[in-house]
Amino acid sequence: MQAEQTVLRLIVRNHPGVMSHLCGLFARRGFNVEGILCVPLEEGACSAVLLLVADDRRNAQIVAQLRKLEDVIEVHPDPGARRTFDAVARYVQPAAPG
Amino acid sequence: MKATGAELIMRLLERQGIAIVAGIPGGASLPLYDALRASTIRHVLARHEQGAAFIAHGMARATGTPAVCFGTSGPGATNLLTGIADAKLDSIPLIAVTGQVPRGMIGTDAFQEVDTYGLTVPITKHNYMARSAGELLEIVPDAFRIATSGRPGPVVIDVPKDVQTETVEFVRLPEPGRPDPPPAADPADIARAAALLNAAERPVLLVGAGIIASGAAPVLCRLAERAGIPVAATLLGLGVLPDAHPLFLGMVGMHAARSTNLVLEECDLLIGLGIRFDDRATGKASEFCPRARILHIDIDPSELGKIKQPTLGLVADVGEALHDLLPLVIPNDRRAWRSRVSALRATHPLVTPGADDPCEPYGIVRHTAALAGPDAIVTSDVGQHQMWAAQAFPFSRPRQWLTSGGLGTMGFGLPAAIGAALALPDRRVVCFTGDGSLLMNVQELATLAEEELDVKIVLLNNAHLGLVRQQQELFYGGRYHASRFHAEPDFAAIARGFGIVAHDLGETAEPHAVLARALGEPGPCLVNVPITRDANVYPMVPPGAPNREMIDGASHAS
Repeated sequence: MQAEQTVLRLIVRNHPGVMSHLCGLFARRGFNVEGILCVPLEEGACSAVLLLVADDRRNAQIVAQLRKLEDVIEVHPDPGARRTFDAVARYVQPAAPG
Repeated sequence: MKATGAELIMRLLERQGIAIVAGIPGGASLPLYDALRASTIRHVLARHEQGAAFIAHGMARATGTPAVCFGTSGPGATNLLTGIADAKLDSIPLIAVTGQVPRGMIGTDAFQEVDTYGLTVPITKHNYMARSAGELLEIVPDAFRIATSGRPGPVVIDVPKDVQTETVEFVRLPEPGRPDPPPAADPADIARAAALLNAAERPVLLVGAGIIASGAAPVLCRLAERAGIPVAATLLGLGVLPDAHPLFLGMVGMHAARSTNLVLEECDLLIGLGIRFDDRATGKASEFCPRARILHIDIDPSELGKIKQPTLGLVADVGEALHDLLPLVIPNDRRAWRSRVSALRATHPLVTPGADDPCEPYGIVRHTAALAGPDAIVTSDVGQHQMWAAQAFPFSRPRQWLTSGGLGTMGFGLPAAIGAALALPDRRVVCFTGDGSLLMNVQELATLAEEELDVKIVLLNNAHLGLVRQQQELFYGGRYHASRFHAEPDFAAIARGFGIVAHDLGETAEPHAVLARALGEPGPCLVNVPITRDANVYPMVPPGAPNREMIDGASHAS
């Protein structure tokens, strides 16, 4: 993981189109998302999404654009969640040979 | 109460005050049309769904209220995409309801199936696929709330055919969707804004579509007059101040009068109201208003700092913010600055050669304006004719000028004029178009004839894609390619073929008289105006250059 990364934590409505909206926003605005984790919350009406993004001066604009999405309920920086991405990265590494 | 999904949609649209819908039926929307037939809503049958979408644009832009268009699944939906994208870029409250294949067939490459939801994600403010008739009870009012709240924008509702026919029981119909209350500006920020404004020595107000969306033209005028501040407009802000108002500088940017861009070079406070610092208005953004601090008021928080970092940015409905600001503004006639501005305008006025000749670009715009009168609504297509109209037409009020700004879609003008005429049947509508643009939605001449609307199409015909030819001349060493229409259709004959009266200023020794007759007779008509084929729009800021680097006719003449 590079030093200049941070995590945004979103609460979003849980329905089939939401990931399209999030990923589409990043693609068309030219924002680079390095990693995504998405899990449903209890009751299933909402999901939590963690986005691993570059921590640079475009962040404010990214957050502003995310807040405009109707399916996004909350957006907060959550830099501590980087260790969650580290754990997932360890999990998906191919097993060492021998 | 019980209703099918289709019936529910109609009743909810009726409750939203929708009186007219433009569209084209198809297999996947037949249940919708069956319910529409029984509804009080009037349907206007377009001849291409893109036409239907732009008819809705005309209705929405002329009235400021949401407008609805219908398309079927597959090609019906894809044909709507351009109009939806146009609404996204110009912030228009457009609602498109599309038929979709039955739920069980989604994802099977069924007949006339496309992923309408997926296709419209990037070009809508929000979109829905209704997965049951019951969901429509929430979706339709919510769609109207979203389309009209804050910064307006398009919403798509995709409705599978079996959802249209599914029956749902409910206790009562929901309340119609209404706009959310806008964010209120912080009084401390309003005080800071007043301080910036009062302290400025050479301020300029730059107004855009947001002022019109907010209904803020009157308060803007009072502010400008109280504080003695000149006002410039983006393309979509034209009409906020009457053209003849002494404080009005005209349009800013790529085809501004030279003096307007020079005034902005010298200003020390740029007050941006309901604008988004679009590149056509700013030129090279890093060099826009180089000596100025920036005060930016907009209802969309993501616009503050997107292009230019403001000294002070306020998120608010701009009309409400101006009402809060006005009492804190110190009356000031700013004599020195106004005098400097007048000097610049006297030295570098907008040059309008041929303004007396109805067969020259500026002439046809000016003569049409005089004959059509100040109550006429004016639509345009895209290109040289659009810029000549923006420069030379004496706009007098908001929602008079309907043009495709952000997307710049050729083919907008005729259907938008149809929509404006449908929404405001007591007003005359004039559509300035070009021979390239008119062909793009020429099929809507049939819709125009059928609806018998008072729309006058003024066709500036130069047998070219004029602005492309101009750019090839100025920036590609005159290497013209694919910008000349070698086949030159007889547009008067085409119009008559569609059942529309046509006049041709090229076929008469009395063009003034023919134009006067054409604009004076009620009903639809087309006026073909052959114009000089190599005329250029001046001044012009080259794409990517700062606004102070304007090319004009004199300096370019060889």
